Amino acid sequence: METQENKTGPMVRVSINGREYHVPQGSTMVQAMWYTGHEVIHGIGCLGGVCGACATVYRMEGDFRLRNALACQTLVAEGMSFSMLDSYPIQRAHYDVAALTDPKEELFTFYPESATCRNCNACTEVCPQGIDVRDAVWRANFGDFKAVADLTMSCVMCGLCVSRCIAEMAPHEIALYARRAYGAKELPFPPNLRHRLDEIHGGAFSGELKRLEGLSPEELKKECEVKS
Amino acid sequence: MAEIVDSFYQGVPSFDESQPPALSPEERSRLLSAFYPDYRPEGKATLKVGANKGMVVPQELANILESRSRIPAPRSLPDHPDHDVDILVIGGGGAGITAALFAAKEGRSVLLATKLRVGDSNTVMAEGGIQAALGEGDSPVEHFRDTFRGGHGENDPALLSVLVAEGPEMVEWLVSRGILFDRDMQGGLSLRKGGGTSRPRLISAKDYTGLELVRVLKEDLMNAPVEILEFSPAVELISGRDGSCVGAVLYDLDSRKNVYVKAKTVILSTGGAGRLHLGGFATSNHFGATADGLTMAYRMGLPLVHPESFQFHPTGVIFPSEMAGMLITEAVRGAGARMYNRHGRRFVNELETRDVVASAIIRECAEGRGVETPSGARGVFLDLVAIDRDSGEGTVAKRFPNIVKLMNRHHVDPTKRPILVYPTLHYQNGGIKSDARARTSVAGLLVAGEVSGGLHGTNRLMGNSLLELFVFGRRAALEAVALSRDRPAFSWKESTLSHIDRFESELLKFRPDQAFPMAPVLFPDYRRKDA
Ligand SMILES: Cc1cc2nc3c(=O)[nH]c(=O)nc-3n(C[C@H](O)[C@H](O)[C@H](O)COP(=O)(O)OP(=O)(O)OC[C@H]3O[C@@H](n4cnc5c(N)ncnc54)[C@H](O)[C@@H]3O)c2cc1C
Repeated sequence: METQENKTGPMVRVSINGREYHVPQGSTMVQAMWYTGHEVIHGIGCLGGVCGACATVYRMEGDFRLRNALACQTLVAEGMSFSMLDSYPIQRAHYDVAALTDPKEELFTFYPESATCRNCNACTEVCPQGIDVRDAVWRANFGDFKAVADLTMSCVMCGLCVSRCIAEMAPHEIALYARRAYGAKELPFPPNLRHRLDEIHGGAFSGELKRLEGLSPEELKKECEVKS
Repeated sequence: MAEIVDSFYQGVPSFDESQPPALSPEERSRLLSAFYPDYRPEGKATLKVGANKGMVVPQELANILESRSRIPAPRSLPDHPDHDVDILVIGGGGAGITAALFAAKEGRSVLLATKLRVGDSNTVMAEGGIQAALGEGDSPVEHFRDTFRGGHGENDPALLSVLVAEGPEMVEWLVSRGILFDRDMQGGLSLRKGGGTSRPRLISAKDYTGLELVRVLKEDLMNAPVEILEFSPAVELISGRDGSCVGAVLYDLDSRKNVYVKAKTVILSTGGAGRLHLGGFATSNHFGATADGLTMAYRMGLPLVHPESFQFHPTGVIFPSEMAGMLITEAVRGAGARMYNRHGRRFVNELETRDVVASAIIRECAEGRGVETPSGARGVFLDLVAIDRDSGEGTVAKRFPNIVKLMNRHHVDPTKRPILVYPTLHYQNGGIKSDARARTSVAGLLVAGEVSGGLHGTNRLMGNSLLELFVFGRRAALEAVALSRDRPAFSWKESTLSHIDRFESELLKFRPDQAFPMAPVLFPDYRRKDA
């Protein structure tokens, strides 16, 4: 719950940015930070698991493994240590999707490092969205942009994959490029949209819309009252 | 946590599939006036100053409209601005990004300032889709009629006509930028049903519509000749000698210094108000949705339309409690999800307009037919299992992967368990009054997006907000380009913050103790108060 609430009940011991606290069980990592008085600005966006602002690294007591998560979506647990990764430096291609002529080849102009994937699978293991990132990178390299689109639709661009990539590429940016190229260059233009645009450009509806606009509020209410 | 969830779900009643009661127009308006928060007398205040003086609005909104500036008196401006541009865009959500992109295309100098990162906004959260009248037997005219009816006939017809007529062209633009909307068997854009519409008219990118839009348009913005200032919310507008708008004061959240921008035209696109938690409701909105644009504009004398009107989306998650407020898109009801009270009965047609469905849920809970959560909140069940039953196993997972993912993280598999929901503060129906060219009553100040008002009347239909961002984001850009080209040069020396002084002296007549809250608030403060 985002609103202030008097939480009683069981507490858990966590460490935030290296300092120990006791916070209510059932809090998300972000809520735990609020509870302990942190003012979180870098690292918060939507609080709904889609903006990718709250990438976080954590580790559980007694376990050597580093894990990653989105802080607004992940509940704290006893013995958890975490720090937010507010931003991970990346290099982004400078391109105009409309100007691409051979998108599959141009991938290697914009992101030559894409071809250097060493198959370690760390990106897939770290992805908080459960995306098979490694597979997506390979599909992009092979020019199967449709598969990239299907695999990566849920990517929130948090950049955690970049933080683990031993080839130092930005898989989420590569996937974005492939999806866009697929949408703008490979998929045929939607026929129903084309048809409606032609009608609109032919002025099919402008007379009726003008008429509606010109009605008095009462007349207009009457006209629109029933679903036709 | 899994145990708490499991034990809660042991109490789910069996569901009775009988049709819910149908509502006559009279019953509908009785239901609304008895239960919809907009029409309830509690928690309201009458505005005492400003262009909407005398209007009754939610107390939390009055608090930020009748507020003190973050810039203390005596107020002065530095000798030179920090930035001097043709066009300043305030707010980096869908409306602001669109405006900046179209303005930059015309070769104007553009600065976009936003509170968090570009794209951290309500736009990125949109799940359900965009309305576009593309179906056979559908047309912009039907779109107009549905929207006007849904908005209770309070919509501005001139704005609405532009929305429906230009909507499809903006969808063409989005498709051309590589945005992947779901397709039908013929390769056309798939059209889904939304509440309150007579035709299937929603285009979507699964339930990641906003995310898909923002990922793509943000990349375009980063690659456009636009100067971007993140973590730099605007805290005041700046007035010129003639009462026009000539720039804004930004507040750098890291250096904690003010940044002064001189601009020939300002486009305000700061979005909504959910984080004000009107009436104590949870919200679906992003962290920065604190109605800053309304605060700044109201001080400058701009009138608001329908400032009393908010959309409480019927289906916000209410259990598990750490997810409270999170939206479950209306598209699930369009796809056949049903709602049940604690007796397992349906109580309203799930495809009524949002305000009616929300009122019915509030009624069920108020009259003892709600389901209680372990922390004492109440809600009703929203059952997506019916979708898979009607449309085939796997439909929910395919069409609503985001909901499935988010709920599963909290031990609720929506393909097996109904989701407990309660209305969540979702959308500001009204806003700053503007015309079809995005102009306001102040010269040099344009608005676009959720911060503007009039288009949706007093109840927005699903999918019309996203459409509005693109249609009016572009219109604001074109207007700003023309204005900034035509506006005679003016000197920074003429710029003042005197409108704030005037506004505050009005306020003091009512509260000589100066006990006004300070706004824009920028962020809600959820830190433990006794920490
Ligand atoms: C969960 C959710 C689901 C939705 N689903 C749909 C849907 O399916 N279809 C639909 O049509 N609509 C939907 N909506 C509504 C729609 O997404 C929003 O109304 C719309 O995106 C608003 O766009 P905007 O650009 O006006 O505001 P926003 O996208 O909120 O952008 C405003 C930006 O301005 C920034 N800002 C705020 N204050 C300041 C300041 N003082 N200075 C500088 N910057 C500032 C904000 O941080 C933000 O980045 C949904 C909304 C939510 C919250």
